[in-house]
Amino acid sequence: MQFMLLFSRQGKLRLQKWYVPLSDKEKKKITRELVQTVLARKPKMCSFLEWRDLKIVYKRYASLYFCCAIEDQDNELITLEIIHRYVELLDKYFGSVCELDIIFNFEKAYFILDEFLLGGEVQETSKKNVLKAIEQADLLQEDKNAYCPRAFFLYVASTDAIGCPGGSWLFMKPCCYGHS
Amino acid sequence: MSDIVEKTLTALPGLFLQNQPAGGPAAAKASFSSRLGGLIRGITALTSKHEEEKLIQQELSNLKATVSAPTTTLKMMKECMVRLIYCEMLGYDASFGYIHAIKLAQQGNLLEKRVGYLAVSLFLHENHELLLLLVNTVVKDLQSTNLVEVCMALTIVSQIFPREMIPAVLPLIEDKLQHSKEIIRRKAVLALYKFHLIAPNQVQHIHIKFRKALCDRDVGVMAASLHIYVRMIKENSSGYKDLTGSFVTILKQVVGGKLPVDFNYHSVPAPWLQIQLLRILGLLGKDDQRTSELMYDVLDESLRRAELNHNVTYAILFECVHTIYSIYPKSELLEKAAKCIGKFVLSPKINLKYLGLKALTYVIQQDPALALQHQMTIIECLDHPDPIIKRETLELLYRISNAQNIRVIVQKMLEYLHQSKEEYIIVNLVGKIAELAEKYAPDNAWFIQTMNAVFSVGGDVMHPDIPNNFLRLLAEGFDDETEDQQLRLYAVQSYLTLLDMENVFYPQRFLQVMSWVLGEYSYLLDKQTPEEVINKLYKLLINDSVSSETKTWLIAAVTKLTPQAHSSNIVERVIQEFTISLDTCMRQHAFELKHLHENVELMKSLLPVDKSCEDMVVDASLSFLDGFVAEGLSQGVAPYKPHHQRQEEKLSQEKVLRFTYLALSFSSSGFTGRQSPAGISLGSDISGNSAETGLKETNSLKLEGIKKLWGKEGYLPKKESKTGEETEALPIPQESIMENVDQAKTKKDQCQVLTQSKEEKEKQLLASSLFVGLGSESTINLLGKADNVSHKFRRKSKIKETKSGETAHSHSMTCSSVSSLSNVSYDEDYYLNTLQDRGDKELKKFSLSLELLDSEPLTELPLVEKLSNCNLSAPSLFADNDMEIFHPPQSTAVSVAKEMSLASSFLEETTECIHSNLMEVCNNETISVFSYKIWKDDCLLMVWSITNKSGLELKSANLEIFPAENFKITEQLGCCLPVMEAEGTKTFQYSVQMEKPFTEENLSGFINYQMMDTHSVQMEFSINLSLLDFIRPLKISTEDFGKLWLSFANDVKQNVKMSESQATLPSALKTLQQKLRLHVVEIIGNEGLLACQLLPSIPCLLHCRVHADLLALWFRSSCSTLPDYLLHQCQKVVEGS
Repeated sequence: MQFMLLFSRQGKLRLQKWYVPLSDKEKKKITRELVQTVLARKPKMCSFLEWRDLKIVYKRYASLYFCCAIEDQDNELITLEIIHRYVELLDKYFGSVCELDIIFNFEKAYFILDEFLLGGEVQETSKKNVLKAIEQADLLQEDKNAYCPRAFFLYVASTDAIGCPGGSWLFMKPCCYGHS
Repeated sequence: MSDIVEKTLTALPGLFLQNQPAGGPAAAKASFSSRLGGLIRGITALTSKHEEEKLIQQELSNLKATVSAPTTTLKMMKECMVRLIYCEMLGYDASFGYIHAIKLAQQGNLLEKRVGYLAVSLFLHENHELLLLLVNTVVKDLQSTNLVEVCMALTIVSQIFPREMIPAVLPLIEDKLQHSKEIIRRKAVLALYKFHLIAPNQVQHIHIKFRKALCDRDVGVMAASLHIYVRMIKENSSGYKDLTGSFVTILKQVVGGKLPVDFNYHSVPAPWLQIQLLRILGLLGKDDQRTSELMYDVLDESLRRAELNHNVTYAILFECVHTIYSIYPKSELLEKAAKCIGKFVLSPKINLKYLGLKALTYVIQQDPALALQHQMTIIECLDHPDPIIKRETLELLYRISNAQNIRVIVQKMLEYLHQSKEEYIIVNLVGKIAELAEKYAPDNAWFIQTMNAVFSVGGDVMHPDIPNNFLRLLAEGFDDETEDQQLRLYAVQSYLTLLDMENVFYPQRFLQVMSWVLGEYSYLLDKQTPEEVINKLYKLLINDSVSSETKTWLIAAVTKLTPQAHSSNIVERVIQEFTISLDTCMRQHAFELKHLHENVELMKSLLPVDKSCEDMVVDASLSFLDGFVAEGLSQGVAPYKPHHQRQEEKLSQEKVLRFTYLALSFSSSGFTGRQSPAGISLGSDISGNSAETGLKETNSLKLEGIKKLWGKEGYLPKKESKTGEETEALPIPQESIMENVDQAKTKKDQCQVLTQSKEEKEKQLLASSLFVGLGSESTINLLGKADNVSHKFRRKSKIKETKSGETAHSHSMTCSSVSSLSNVSYDEDYYLNTLQDRGDKELKKFSLSLELLDSEPLTELPLVEKLSNCNLSAPSLFADNDMEIFHPPQSTAVSVAKEMSLASSFLEETTECIHSNLMEVCNNETISVFSYKIWKDDCLLMVWSITNKSGLELKSANLEIFPAENFKITEQLGCCLPVMEAEGTKTFQYSVQMEKPFTEENLSGFINYQMMDTHSVQMEFSINLSLLDFIRPLKISTEDFGKLWLSFANDVKQNVKMSESQATLPSALKTLQQKLRLHVVEIIGNEGLLACQLLPSIPCLLHCRVHADLLALWFRSSCSTLPDYLLHQCQKVVEGS
């Protein structure tokens, strides 16, 4: 995987992880172009994009877009599952995750991502193992004050013109992610 | 809900206030913990980008103050880092915090360290210089007893680590492969994977440990090691074939559900692992039947098991199909895979449909029937609303295109092209369309129209090869001349129609293509006159939207059309308007057109119709400038000195160089004070010429006068001119030789004649333009421009299919000379060896024969016939350079040449010519083959002598030399001997002429013979030849040396340190004479003149001068590569011995 981007429906970047060395300018350009392209796509369209010489695999969860860049010979479908597994991990960690969790605790989201993907490759696919590793590190000295997103999300939601995208659970019903 | 909102709102101002430094540490703690929340909320509340920017800038300046304040605790620092990361994510620069992130990783407790490491991984990239500061921290943490710290260190290493510091941590990480905790082992493997990516040779020694990791009891560690294996097998699959069994076993276990349930993903066992393994198997089984056979079973099982209707099983299926099609085929599996592809293609899910198309594109070559099977789906996909699906379908069509379906496919591609906006897609698609059009074009009209579409849409983003190839195709044509003309005519007509349209703008590249085609092929039109075409070009010329580069193309086209036009009103208008253009380039072109326009005859010969494919010969030595230079010098202009000369003069102790050898011949002219030899000689005789061609000739071409000027003999002084009289332009034997050369050239190729005359005219034109006062460069520019494009199409490429592949070589004039330069790469070892091989014995012979040669009377014989002979085989490189082939007076050549035709014995040869010593090239129990080189004056004579060692008679002994492209090898003696008596020796002689310059080449051949009617025996041998074998002394007088020196443009200069044994000029020159066969022309004081020639007749001159133990070498030659080569050789000889 070359990089992973998380951005909102409004085009705000929520998380970025680059696995290839690029200049800041380049990163900004790629982000801008991709956010634009992905947001312009209609819901029924294919989850894959050809962009320059890369393949972009993206999926939308509630108000949040997860977007991965892979090489042409990589498997697109399994990349979709990587995204899904990451969302599952976030969901399990935060307990019904919503965009606000990721906004306010993005460093946690990064920690989880680093435990799941390392250097662009899948490191650990077992949900249990990933979370165990995160919790181990968290437990050492948790600062509970840093993690209190819910008190604010309704406020943020109310300021959002479209409704409450940031507050929606990424899984509308956490267990029924449709595979049928 | 509103309550909560209200509460939140009331809390907001308080949060913002916390930006100010808090009073006590307790307050600071409380405030910092929610600072990020405050910032985020603050930003969310803002409505404009401008406000956001203001807020963030303020935040950043606060942060900057905080992080650099000494009172800031690590805890606060951690909070600051998080906010910095956030600011960076929003696109603001937080680089001031990078160093603090590293500090945090270094000093913080676990949680702070974790944030520090995270910040480092997000802020820095692999090559960031600050990353070096992290190395110590990483080393420390890797040695920590705390697992979490070790994990963090391993995580950062796997993400970013400076390549050059890998050795510092590598042993620590290797140790971790044996760690009891699987998470540590896993991360260590991934860290090594990272190292393998960035510095593969640093981890080469631990490949054995990777195998251990592959066998790890923990699935996670094993899975991690697969990343490395995929990479390594991709690079070299043959090295890992022995692991196939292991990979198959692992996959069997995974598919069979033997892994812990933890690794299930939606009740599919370890899909990531399966996909990795399938990929590895695909790489291993590629083109390898035996390896492939090992995996058929497990692939079959994977296909069978992956039947659950879930996205992840499709992912596995897709990979499985890919593997089945990559490995050595098995029909049963292929059938199943094809069915699978069908499932994808027909799926209502768009993602699966896309992958179905993707699968089809890569199996289509193996299985075209599959495309037929799904043709209806493919057709549907062509009009799919999702452009990605369409694009993938087009990719599929591109792969199945042929002469029959080309129209439709290109039609579809063009439709897509018109809708696309993204540059990458356009470039890609335009390239494909152009490729298909050139490959399968059904007729002219279609081809031109398709290419028009390509140029209009692809415009200025497309690959430059596309217009180049197109023009080349047009210019070179195919085999059928009438067909070619029709194509060209159609192109011309089509462009005229396009240009007729009002208010349509074409990309610049398209206009350039048009202007070239119109300029070249408008003569094919029967209805429109050249004037009409010029008129259209003129309209473009005055159009503001046309770039100045395109305008130069346009004016070049106008120039080409002008000689064909009957009335010249528009041309005059063009001249009038553009000679006052602000663009200097345009003005230049307009002036050139103006002057050409004044001499229509010259113009016609200069710009012949439909000759774009003909070669153009350029006089690279610029000898035609000599007159101009002479005139300039006569008026006191300082002579031009090349860079290295100026350099040397600076270094030299003496302020003024004394070029004694030149001073000798012109001692009375009183120019000895001049700094350049060119200056001296030219300065002495300028008056004669300047009288004839003064500045009054500014505007008209006086060809008679010029004739004398551009030829160098016009001003070159004879020895008689010593008295200081004005030199007359005397016809010198050289000229007749030149003519002979020309005749020889005409035999060579008829088209050469055209270019020859063209070149003559061109030279005259160039010369005249110079006297008009234009710079030399600009004149060349004119001619170059007019025929600029045509150069690219010099070589004919007959086959349509190869067109697309031909992009690599665009044949320009410069191209060939550049490549020939690169050919001359020196192989030092070889020369050193050969020199050593020859040894002392050799040297004796050298000097002996040199004496013999020297003692012969100097008979000046212009060997015209012989030389013209050589000329026929003159190397193409030199033909390109338009070398003037110099014919030196030769002394012994004639007699030697006569003798050569006779069968000369071994002994005779050795006494007459310089030769190498005997060398055994091959032998067996029956015969030995010896070989030696005889450096004849006009060729290299290779002698193979075969000794029959056995007591038996050998029959039909035969020696053959394989033809080599760089040589012309001529048999000198009958090479098939019916009988070779026992204990006898026979020699075979071949004369070798160089066809193409090279530095070193093998000459190989074989010998076969029959022994007493039994089996025939064959032995191969080869001999190394170097360019040095074709270097011969050039015996000329000092005066001739002076003349020649001035006529050569290519020079190379270098100082060489002499070895102590020969630190005097005479001894150094003697070495050069002996080892490199240079002729010592004269030694004057501390300066020496040497001359040599590369057979057949490329002269090279050397001027050397001694300063202490430094020998300053200065080569000049008409050939650009020869001086470099000789310099290299001299350097070796002088420094080496």
